[in-house]
This record gives sequence, structure tokens and C-alpha cells, in this order.
Amino acid sequence: MGDLLFIFVSALVINNFTLALFLGLCPFMGVSARVATAVRLGMANIFIMLITALCAWFLNTYILENMPYLRLISFIVIIASLVQITEVTIKKISPKLFRELGIFLPLITTNCAILGLAIFQTNRGYDFAQGMVFALGAGLGVTLALVLMASIRERLQFSSVPSLAKGVGMVMILAGSLSLAFMGFAGLFSA
Amino acid sequence: MSPRQTTPTQDLMRGVWKENPVLIQMLGLCPALAVTNTVMNAIAMSAATTFVLLGSSLLISLLKNHIPKEVRISAYILIIATFVTVVDFSLNALAPLVHKELGAFIALIVCNCMILARQEAFASKQRVGRSLLDAVGTSAGFTIALLMMGISREVLGNGTFLGVNVMGPHFEPWIIMILPPGAYFAIGFILLGVGYWQERKQPPTKRPRDWPHGVRSSTGPADSRRERQVA
Repeated sequence: MGDLLFIFVSALVINNFTLALFLGLCPFMGVSARVATAVRLGMANIFIMLITALCAWFLNTYILENMPYLRLISFIVIIASLVQITEVTIKKISPKLFRELGIFLPLITTNCAILGLAIFQTNRGYDFAQGMVFALGAGLGVTLALVLMASIRERLQFSSVPSLAKGVGMVMILAGSLSLAFMGFAGLFSA
Repeated sequence: MSPRQTTPTQDLMRGVWKENPVLIQMLGLCPALAVTNTVMNAIAMSAATTFVLLGSSLLISLLKNHIPKEVRISAYILIIATFVTVVDFSLNALAPLVHKELGAFIALIVCNCMILARQEAFASKQRVGRSLLDAVGTSAGFTIALLMMGISREVLGNGTFLGVNVMGPHFEPWIIMILPPGAYFAIGFILLGVGYWQERKQPPTKRPRDWPHGVRSSTGPADSRRERQVA
């Protein structure tokens, strides 16, 4: 149990996918301008990450044991089809949620955080429960980073910054400060 | 843009600086931040990405008439994933230490949107020679960006360049530069510098208005010119 808690907290804050491992930076820069969209994208991320972890565990355990050279290709195909299936399913079950997620759902296919999740899970040899907890922690971590960033950027709109710093450069330096703050969590489990 | 409008030299040089994939187009940021804590890692990552980009550009521009339009993105991703697998296993066999340093980020070249963007925007429409020129130029731009990151981070964070001490014995290393926040700070300041350079280059009267991030000016001369070239 302590093991699962460690994996969860580690993926959530200590090795935060966005702020410590630099995964999924494109949505982090692209859709972190407003809190509402950031939350929705985060939710979609968590959902896809959980299903991906499930499928990656299944593939690793039953199919790809002796074929490591096919791992990457299978993962990418699985993620792409998963996102497609999820999209169709959500559209059928809840058209409202589908409209809210909009373009973010298909874009998740090319999000390196999802593939990174599957690869880390494989490299570390997580079993089923560990994989699911890891996916949940990572997804919540990405959401946390997105929401924090979006909150800062919403406030930033009302402050006067030099015209030079209005682009991505400023966002990067802000992300650096956030990352610096998150480094404080590193001592959480040292004992 | 019709295929004949650019010269081969333009195809080659465009990606190097004027449309640098990382610094101007903001593509492929993840590897640029994640594995540039030393110059050696930056070089290894650039080499791996160059190989994947050249290989996939070659194959895709050869196959462009045989890939159905509806499934082209999936086809590109599969081709890219094949080359990445090749790099992953070769690097593991030839340079296991480098492979260990780069870790999962070799496999994550698949998700480098820079590669997919070049295939979609260029290799799938152009002849083989042009696509290769474009791939070489884009790879050079990627390498330049990664070296800028790698050099600034290793020299400041460790006081060394490729492992050789360059800052003298009394330099106190800025440890933060080789840690994750340092990557964000380094790219942030490099981007501010690039922004300053771009602003300086424009005549003062023709500067586009300050648009919020993500909105493209349709009136600014520089922006519309860049958009035409990207398309």
C-alpha cells in the first residue's frame, strides 16, 4: 500500500510530468490561457492516461513479452485508436461532454505525455495496480500544472508586462518558477 | 504555395534560422528542454532526431502518391515510429551509456511534432531531393537550438564544456541550470532574445500590434510573410 502511495505522490508532484519531466509541453503552452479549458483538457488527459495504462499493461503482459522491437509501434497505434474510440463513445453517450472537450480530444494522440506514460510504465515493470495508480497520479499532475499555469496567465492579462515578454518566453520563465517550487516536494519521501 | 516558388537554397536555409523549428515555430520543445543538461546529450539527441527526420522525409516523399489522403497522418506516424525504433535499438547497442542518459526520450522522438509537421507540410507534397534538403535544414535548426540550450546549461550549471572545465577553478556552478527549472529559464531567456532580435529587425512604423498570445496578426508584414512560407 505504501508502495502505491509512493508511486502516486511521485507521479503527482515529485516527478510531475510537465514541470519535472518536460512531457506534454505543447498543450501546456497552447491551452493554458484560461482555467476552464485547462481543467477540461486535464480531465481528458486523466481519462486517456488511465485507459492507456490499462492497454499498455495488457500488451506488455500478454502480447509483447518477446517482441520489444514492436513495442513503440504498437503503443502508438493503440493510443491513436483508443483516442478515436473514446471520441466516438463519448459522442454517443454524452454529446454535451463531447462538445465541451472539442478539439482537445483528438489532439491528445500526439501528446508525448501519453506515450511517455506507457514507456515509463514498461521500463519500470509496473504491475496492474501500480500502473493504474501511476496513470492517475500522472494525469492529476498534468492537470495541476495546467491549472496553475492558466491561473497565473489569467492574472497576467491584467498586469502590464513589456511587449517583448508577452509571448512564449514569459510563459517559459513562469514555468521555470513553478518547476522550482515543485522541486521542494523532492524531499517528501527521502526518509 | 506552388512547389516551384522556392529555390533549393531557400528550402535548405529556411529551417536553419528564419523558421527555426524550436526557437521560432515552438515545435519539438520537449526534447529541447528535457535532454539538454549537457552538450553531449544535446548532440546525441540532435543526431538521433536528424536520422529520424531524414529517413522519414525520404520514405514519405517517395511514397507520397501511394499513401491515401484519409489515413496519411497514421501512415506518417507509423513510418516515424519505425525509424525511431531503429535509432533506439542501434543506440542501445552502439552507445549504451548515451542511451541510458537519454532514457525514454529517444522513444519519445515519435511525438516530436517538428518531424510530423515537416512531413505534413513539405515531404508529402515535394520531390525527394527537395524534401531531403528541407529535412537537412530543419535538422540543422533543431541542432542549433539544442546546442544553444546545451552549451548555456552545461557551462553555467557545471562550469564545463563537453566535460572540459572552461570557467576556471573559482567558478561556483549554478546547479539550478542543470536541473529542470534551469531548462525553463534557459529557453525562456533564449526566446526573449529571439523576440528582441525579431523586433529590432522590423522597421519601427511597421511593427504589428501586440496581440495576445496565440492570435496571429493578419496585418503585420512580417507575420503574413512567415505564414505564406509555412503554408
